[in-house]
Parts: sequence; structure tokens; C-alpha cells
Amino acid sequence: MRRFFDSDLWYSFSRNPVTIVSAIVAILLVAGAVLAPVVAPHNPFDLASLNLMDAFKPPAWTADGDREYPLGTDDQGRDLFSAILYGARISLLVGAAAVLFSTSLGVVVGLAAGYFGGFVDSALMRIADIQLTFPSILVALLVDGVVRAALPREVHDQIALYVVIFAIGISNWPQFARTVRGSTLVERNKEYVQAARVIGISSPRIIFSHVLPNVTGPVLVIATLNLGFAVLAEATLSFLGVGVPPTQPSLGTLIRIGNDFLFSGEWWITIFPGAALVLLVLSVNLLGDWLRDALNPRLR
Amino acid sequence: MSDARFIEALDIARYFDVSRPLVQRLIAREGRRTLKAVDGVSFTIPKGTTLSLVGESGCGKSTIARMMVGLYRPTRGEVVFDGRDLAEARGQAAQRRRMQMIFQDPYASLNPRWRVRDIVAEPIRAFHIARGDEVMERVGEALTQVGLSPLDGQKFPHEFSGGQRQRISIARALSSSPEFLVCDEPTSALDVSVQAQILNLMKELQQRLGLTYLFISHNLAVVRQVSDRIGVMYLGRIVENAPSEVLFGAPRHPYTRALMEAIPDLEMTGRIRVPVGGEVPSPIDPPSGCPFHPRCPLANDRCRAVRPEMLAAGATLVACHAVEEGREAQR
Repeated sequence: MRRFFDSDLWYSFSRNPVTIVSAIVAILLVAGAVLAPVVAPHNPFDLASLNLMDAFKPPAWTADGDREYPLGTDDQGRDLFSAILYGARISLLVGAAAVLFSTSLGVVVGLAAGYFGGFVDSALMRIADIQLTFPSILVALLVDGVVRAALPREVHDQIALYVVIFAIGISNWPQFARTVRGSTLVERNKEYVQAARVIGISSPRIIFSHVLPNVTGPVLVIATLNLGFAVLAEATLSFLGVGVPPTQPSLGTLIRIGNDFLFSGEWWITIFPGAALVLLVLSVNLLGDWLRDALNPRLR
Repeated sequence: MSDARFIEALDIARYFDVSRPLVQRLIAREGRRTLKAVDGVSFTIPKGTTLSLVGESGCGKSTIARMMVGLYRPTRGEVVFDGRDLAEARGQAAQRRRMQMIFQDPYASLNPRWRVRDIVAEPIRAFHIARGDEVMERVGEALTQVGLSPLDGQKFPHEFSGGQRQRISIARALSSSPEFLVCDEPTSALDVSVQAQILNLMKELQQRLGLTYLFISHNLAVVRQVSDRIGVMYLGRIVENAPSEVLFGAPRHPYTRALMEAIPDLEMTGRIRVPVGGEVPSPIDPPSGCPFHPRCPLANDRCRAVRPEMLAAGATLVACHAVEEGREAQR
């Protein structure tokens, strides 16, 4: 722990007010999301506790507000504050899982392409190039559409969450693959890799025990920046109605529901989840930017 | 096999394909281009001795070093390791552990994310030489052997100086108890004062452990200190191969003589030096005949047309028509 507080990273962090604020915001949002069942005043998924009489209550500080519902309620009478906490939970879960998926895939592909070179490299990188020519939302929509068409509705609803994770993850791996390939090309020609080859260490072991630890820096940065992207992508898909099932509303689903009532005056249903989404993505991206600069030796 | 022919290179060559991509080749209407990094080199290293290869950058020294431990396969010819073909020997762990390599750049040859003890233990673990606590004991021994403390094992490479890192490199190479060490410019990245320490360490280890060295360098002073025999390389070939004292006492090949001329020394300051004109030709498009003829003061028509073979002249092997014909003395 002391080593951490002595490190350059901590020094750069402690001198950067924007980063500190975004870290605090991110931690609050993530903590709220993770601890939603504990901190949320209501359980928006508990149908028994919902009362349609409470629907469309405005935020607590307005004239018609109810202190019971700090940010008001939606069309079903669900407490919006609790729904945001639970929604952020789904959004973060999908985002983190998607990033984890694209990171694993991208890192493995990048390591293989960079280390083996030649035909393997060309083949894998052409696939990545092709993938990059499609906008990632389009790829995600395509995956979702194919799965929807291929599977019966009940099955699809059960695995919808995984489909979204896969769709977002698969649309984003080339970025990781390219970065890791670049770093791997540099590392594989270093003499410590050759020393391992003289000893006769097998290629997979060289790749994972020698090369991988030396290419993780940039991966961490991209993963952080991608978490913001993945959360946004999930919100976009949910907003378009192809994301997570409505029984487990994410921030994107809440925004879509609110969108229907925006012009009838119930602005809070869409504004508050939207603000939560903006805060979450902005703070994560600012943290990612800081990490990128802090880990770049040339910018120190 | 006989100790006199412990390591043998038989007419080895290594070509690299440096052609441009197919489409560009078709547009420019040019053929494939090969770089002949090493083009027909033979030598033997008796057990327990040191052969050094010297030459300018780009003459193929490091390519030979890599071929001698199997990092590159020769395009032509054969490397024989203790009576076995090298490629075959490298297929067996028991043979592979008998050869090791020390690299040029001590800042790149140690994995920055590994602790020193794991770096030194890598060959021990890979060859299952020891188990459990015994591994760390061996690591301690290896570190002590190169003048470091066993406690240094828990540090990371960046906590050491260049000379100390090179000691770690040597400790790693020695930890599998090899017999043959290929040293690719092990001192060229070090300060002069540290160079001598590392060279003395290597000589001391050779005497104690009976090691056989193939030593690659561009520094004649370094080579003189460690070698039994010296091979002078020019453009992918050995032009002269002689015992150390013979080479420094009576260099035969015009290129070797030019190199000797260029050594700075304190006693003969103010002496008129004859510089070698011209540049090293490209190994992609080498000159006909003797590769040195465009720069050689003794070159004649035969040198321009016929590639000279390695011929014995006393204890020296030299590839030069002028030496063969006795024209060298005129100079």
C-alpha cells in the first residue's frame, strides 16, 4: 500500500483536481449501483410494492413532489432514484462484461498476430480491418438481430443480457488487437524473448509469461476508455429497444421510457437517467484520459 | 566426439528475403531481392577455447551468433554441436541446456517485469534441474558466481546498473550449467571500466568451468583479451582466421591490416595512417570475386573475377589472392 502512495501514478493523481472529482463521482455511482439493493429506498422490480396511484410524481422539491420519491416516479409508479441505481447496475454490468470480453479476445488476437507475424498476422489483421469498417453499433445491431431471428422469444429473453454483452464486446475487439499487436511487435524482438527462445521455452509460454506482462499498460488505458463507450453502446441499444429486456431496465431503457413522456411535461423521467448516464460516462472517460497521460512516459 | 571439433560450422549461410511486397514488385518490374547476411562461413571451436568473430556492423556477426544457438536456421550448410546436427540437438532438452547465449543490450535482455531470481531461475525450471527450495539455492549460487549477492534476487532489473545487469545475464546463462556460450557483443553497451570487469569474469568462469565461447565483437582490443582464435569477417564471409597472437603479430589479409592500422595507440602517435577508401558494399548486391576488391590496395583482375578460397598460410587461414600469390609483401 505504501508503495502505491509513493508511486508516480498517485503523485500525478493527487495533483489533478479534475481527475479527483471524476474519481469521486465514478466511485459514488459505481458504489450506488453495486449496493443498489441496500441503498435504494425502493425496489423498483418488486411489483407488489408498486402503486399506479404514485405514477408521474414530479421530483421532491417541486410543488407536487412527494418526499417519498426524491427524483419523482415514472409511468408505473416506480421510484426514479431507485430505478436509476438499479439501472446503472445493469448498465455497468453489461459495460464491464463487454469490455472484459473484447479485451480478452483482442489481447489474444493481438499477441498471436504480433508474435507469430507472417500469414497469421496478415489474416488476423485483415479480419480486424474488415470489422473496423463497420460502425460498432451496426455490428451490435446485426448480432442482436441474428440472435433474435434464430432463437424463440422465451429463450431470447433469458439470454438477452448475454447477447448484448457479446454484441458490444465483439464490435470492439479490433482496437485492443491493434494496440497489443503493435506492442508485441516491439517486445518480441527484445533480447529477453530471444533468451527465452534459446532456453527452448514454448511459444505460448513466452507469449503469456514474457510478452503479456509487458503489453498490459496500453490495454488498461483502452479498457478504461472503452468502459465509457460500452455503457453508451448498451444505452443506445436499449434506447432502440434491442438491448436488455424491459423487465430489467438499464439506464438506456429508462431514458427510452421517459422519451415517450418528454413532450407531455414529465421531463424528469428521461432527464435524470440521462444525467446519470452522462456523469458516469464522463467521469470514466476523464479517468481513462488521465490514465493514458499518466502512463505515457513522454508526457511526464 | 573429439574435443578438438566441439563446435563446427560447415559452410553456413543465411539469406534474408528483403523483397518489396508482390504488388509493388510487379509495378516496378523488379525481382526478389535477397540479403546475404552470411554467405559460406566455416570454422571449428575446440572445447574450452574461445573463437572471436570481429567485423564492422552489418558484416553478419550477429547472424552467425543466432545460427549457432538455433535462433535462425542456416539457409545452407550445417552447424555441428558435439558431433550432432544442431537442429537435432535442439530438439532434446538435455542437449539444449548445454548451450546458452549472452546478449548485447543488458537493458533489453532481462524481462523488466520479472524479479531477478525468476529470471535466473528460468533455465533451471525449464530444464527441471532442481525442484522446490533447491531452485532458489541454485539461483543464489549462480548470483554469487558472478559477484552478486543472493539477496539481489528479490530486486527487479531496473534497480541494477548496466554492468550488474550483464552479470545477471551471465548468471542466467550459467544456471543451466552449459558448456557452450555464444556471447553477442556482451560488453559493447558497457562503460570501458566495466567492460574489463565483465571480460575478466568471463575468462575466470571459462577457466573454472571449462566453457567454450563464441565471442562476437567489433572491438579488437576486447577480442585480443579473450580470444584463442580470431575470425575477421567482411560482408558475410570470414576473410582471415588465425590464432590471436598470430593475427595481431602478423596480419595477412589486407582488410585485417587496415583494421590493425586503425587501432588507436599511445606509443605511435603521429604515425601516418593509410585510411581504407570507400564504403562497405551492400550485402544485397555484393561485388563480384573477392568482396573486398573495391577497397583493396592490392586488387587485380583475378580479385575482381574469382572469389578467393580459405587457404592455409602457416597457422593462419586466409582468403586472399594477393597473399596466395605473394603480392602482399610489395606494400
